[in-house]
Amino acid sequence: MSEAVSAVQGASASGFVDVAEAGLVGMVTIRGDLGDSDFAHAVWSVTHCGLPKKRGIAAGESDQLLWMSPDELLLVCAHEEAEARVQALSAALSGQHHLVVNVSDARAVFRVSGSGSAVREAMAKVTPADLRPRILGVGEVRRTRMAQVPAAICFDGEDQATIVCFRSVGTYVFDLLVRSSKPGSEVGHF
Amino acid sequence: MLILKCPYCGVACDETELHAGGEAHLTRHGPGSSDADFEEYLFMRENPRGVHFERWRHVYGCGKWFHAARDTATLEVFGTYSAQVAEPPKDVRAAITAKVPGWRWRDLS
Repeated sequence: MSEAVSAVQGASASGFVDVAEAGLVGMVTIRGDLGDSDFAHAVWSVTHCGLPKKRGIAAGESDQLLWMSPDELLLVCAHEEAEARVQALSAALSGQHHLVVNVSDARAVFRVSGSGSAVREAMAKVTPADLRPRILGVGEVRRTRMAQVPAAICFDGEDQATIVCFRSVGTYVFDLLVRSSKPGSEVGHF
Repeated sequence: MLILKCPYCGVACDETELHAGGEAHLTRHGPGSSDADFEEYLFMRENPRGVHFERWRHVYGCGKWFHAARDTATLEVFGTYSAQVAEPPKDVRAAITAKVPGWRWRDLS
């Protein structure tokens, strides 16, 4: 088995916010009927997470479930655990209409951190999403686009945001965030 | 700029996060239908100045199709609703009537 490497190999940069790739993150796409209690139970038996609320995140001991759409969840776990989670979920969900895929190596994850409203400031330049704190609160998943590519954004706190995008556009998103956080380019909107 | 609220994920999306899917509530006339019905289904579209019903897809988000009722002249959005209906729900029609009394669109009013 070849050694896994992340999209931009852990690159980081500093402007008026710090941009860093999160490295290897385990991610599993789970699709099914989120309103079905059998589905919820099967997912809980493997991840020990309840189902997240609409656009929310549910955290277990080591895993997190992100709400991606009315029938889709993204399981975030340790990179080396992802394949085992897929096996366990497939077994637990057998007999139900479902889809479970390990997408760990098909996604790139970035963290943007900074003080005050700097993070929202840097992100708002490259996405049409309304990033005002009362609209996009902490712990809410917002799927949108960043410049020309799809991405999911979540504020872990006012000082840090996590971005998940396709691996094939990882370099693009990293460069975009670096350019957007160039010192002196603050807009001062928030 | 047009902002539509996706009825599935509840997000207020900018039109650049969406994909326009053309006119809503078309009845499909396929094999075995009359030429007139097939022509109507395939080619004839409303192009109103005012109240219009459209299909949109939340392509940069949850990926779901939905319906929107809006005014093509003012860009006012009267409401968005599920894709799994054959005609606009009562509350959307009432919202349109409140703003545009006497509106007509195909055989709806």
